[in-house]
Amino acid sequence: METIAIYLGFILLLSIFLGFELISKVPSKLHTPLMSGANAISGITLVGAIISAGTGTDNRISVLLGTLAVTFATINVVGGYFVTDRMLAMFHKKETGGKK
Amino acid sequence: MSLNALINFAYIAAAIMFIFGLKMLSSPATARKGNLISAFGMFLAVIITLLDKSIISYEFIAIGIAAGSVIGFFAARLVAMTRMPEMVALFNGFGGIASLLVGWAVYHFTPEIPPFTAVTIFLSVIIGGITFTGSVVAFGKLSEYISGKPILFAGQHIVNAVLVIGSLVLGALYCLNPAGNYLIFSIIIVMSLILGILAVIPIGGADMPVVISLLNSYSGLAACAAGFVIQNNILIVAGALVGASGIILTQIMCKAMNRSLANVLFSGFGATSSKKQEGVQGEAKPLKVDDAYLILEAAQSVVVVPGYGLAVAQAQHALRELDELLEANGCEVRYAIHPVAGRMPGHMNVLLAEANVPYDKLIDMDNINPTMNTVDVCLVVGANDVVNPAAREDESSPIYGMPIINVDHAKLVFVLKRSMATGFAGVQNPLFFKENTRMIFGDAKETITGLVAGFKNN
Repeated sequence: METIAIYLGFILLLSIFLGFELISKVPSKLHTPLMSGANAISGITLVGAIISAGTGTDNRISVLLGTLAVTFATINVVGGYFVTDRMLAMFHKKETGGKK
Repeated sequence: MSLNALINFAYIAAAIMFIFGLKMLSSPATARKGNLISAFGMFLAVIITLLDKSIISYEFIAIGIAAGSVIGFFAARLVAMTRMPEMVALFNGFGGIASLLVGWAVYHFTPEIPPFTAVTIFLSVIIGGITFTGSVVAFGKLSEYISGKPILFAGQHIVNAVLVIGSLVLGALYCLNPAGNYLIFSIIIVMSLILGILAVIPIGGADMPVVISLLNSYSGLAACAAGFVIQNNILIVAGALVGASGIILTQIMCKAMNRSLANVLFSGFGATSSKKQEGVQGEAKPLKVDDAYLILEAAQSVVVVPGYGLAVAQAQHALRELDELLEANGCEVRYAIHPVAGRMPGHMNVLLAEANVPYDKLIDMDNINPTMNTVDVCLVVGANDVVNPAAREDESSPIYGMPIINVDHAKLVFVLKRSMATGFAGVQNPLFFKENTRMIFGDAKETITGLVAGFKNN
């Protein structure tokens, strides 16, 4: 258990630093799509939710909780990516014409 | 290769796609592709998870994914661009509640867990719960189902402190003996939900950019905690990326208001409006739309400063039309965007992008300020505090020190405004009384439409 905790802690720390590096380069005009795109990524909980919903079939409450988690996380993921795409499709440079 | 190894390799690939996706968001030219790559990473992570051997039944997963996809897809398609802040707030909340539910489900399935897992379940539940109700309240405030004003009551800080300490104590009790403390666990869930509500109600509408950024960060951290619960790398990596992104945005927003995070979260800023302030004397000079047209017609350089009022008046399309007419008339039109203009980071950029304004005309505050004294006319549309020169000049002002767009350095400033009411901060704006300022009273959309008509008729 201890080694796993340390190993996961390492991953956490490195990812946070990587996140800081990546995000600080995003210009302010893209902050809204960044936020909704990042938001969609946070729906990764879906992976955990799937495992919870798919394991104990004889444990009804666990399955119910897992299924609810899958639903919410999926809304987060699907909605987040689509809305981000919709926003980014509107961003265009001069003279190129925007898609609507 | 074992199935487990295959799954983990796929997770590494998904993590790489998330990282590249975020990296490509640093330029508008590549951002859309970046989002697609990130989405593909998510797709891969989800599909490969379905191969997990511990999954014995797929029906409930299918139900959840089907329901979530339909709701998410239609919500994303149908939402108006001006409603984007509350949409993002709500999605955030859903991420949070999902993390709470995952923690709960794992605990319910196997109550006999080692203390380390109990700690991670506690974190995932408490952060997830705060994110959920906090986001729902933020959603309510942004969509004006509840008042956008700060809601304060006596002893609020004490209640919050008791809740925080209480949940930590209960958390410790729970972690020491997870199997026998289901009741305590339930109380922790309830407390986390109450905490989320109490954390956001004292925060006013114009401080929402900070709150949404912070909740964004929490939703990432909640996913991270859930990742520790099920010991899954991809949740930790993705959650940490989002957590870091939210924290950076929070910092940027606070800096743009010259306030500390603590001040934003706890002060109930803007609750007491119409404070008496000294030094604001003089008469505002009103201007008719027809006269404004004549001045704009002769202008060589115009800068538009949009604020939340632009979104409220839905004037972005009329504004773009005016922009085109001005440019056809040989005038250079640019937009000055303050980092906290609107209700979420980058709100104005999305709004103007929707109206087909090219993004290279949207200029950051730091880049436009040095050029401000060459500008003929500055058009302030629905912005107030972010152009208030008191932030620069009046040390007694509550917003003193906040970086602003120096519209008063332009040769002439037109302020489009309904009335002389103060902005969100409840601070009188000396800009309205400056020698080079003209007030155009009325609805912003009607005023701009009037200006457009002026160009078309002449």
